[in-house]
Amino acid sequence: MAVPILKQGPFLIASIQAALTDTDVIRLQDDVIEQVGRFRSRGIVVDVTALDVMDSFVSRSLRGIAHMTRLRGALTVIVGIQPEVAFAMVQLGLNFEDVHTALDLEEGLAFLQGFGAGMGAEGESGGG
Amino acid sequence: MADERIIPIRNDDDVVLARSEARDLAKSLGFPSTDLTLLATAISEIARNITTYAGTGEVSLSVERRAGRAGVLVVARDRGPGIADVELALRDGYTSGHGLGLGLPGARRLVDEFELDTEPGRGTTVTLLKWAPKDPST
Repeated sequence: MAVPILKQGPFLIASIQAALTDTDVIRLQDDVIEQVGRFRSRGIVVDVTALDVMDSFVSRSLRGIAHMTRLRGALTVIVGIQPEVAFAMVQLGLNFEDVHTALDLEEGLAFLQGFGAGMGAEGESGGG
Repeated sequence: MADERIIPIRNDDDVVLARSEARDLAKSLGFPSTDLTLLATAISEIARNITTYAGTGEVSLSVERRAGRAGVLVVARDRGPGIADVELALRDGYTSGHGLGLGLPGARRLVDEFELDTEPGRGTTVTLLKWAPKDPST
């Protein structure tokens, strides 16, 4: 099942709806990379709340999305990792050290907005 | 072993099916939700090894009973290339494919018992066992 990607202002929101097959994950990766260019997005939220399993493949693919979008000038934040899933990831030895995470969609968007504000230095007053 | 369930593993849809069937079986034995996730994640790793390295194989699920305890027994079998260096395959971070090298050593950490039986040219069998919590009434 394809993951729907919504455009919200300068951001993309990819909401994973159900258990993902590897094929779905690869397609998500391709779709996000393509849409970042098409919509000139500054940030991406990948919502994994509905994911019951985050194994090494899914984890590697999400990191791939984060790294590739970074190279295209957009920041990815993974939101909604469930408590059991976090527990299993730690046991498995997976970490998202180099990937931004947030508790939920709201926090993720707030994080990206903060990042976006930091980028637009025009409105800043004072400084050197 | 009356209710052994065999799931043929041919593609990534079957990997998802295997872990969801295992989750249902474990739930019926009273596994807490964290353990359901650990088991499903371990199965995801070993079933993906089948599609990645052997192409096809199967995952068998059954209930194991020992000394008044019940657990889920998972046997993943394939007739793929086998593993030449078992010690290396169980080492964290080692990968011969395109993964993170966490598949086998990671799966081992997620379950209570783990056994790897493999021979180059003959295939690989990975056996996992995860116990349900002890029934407080016994």
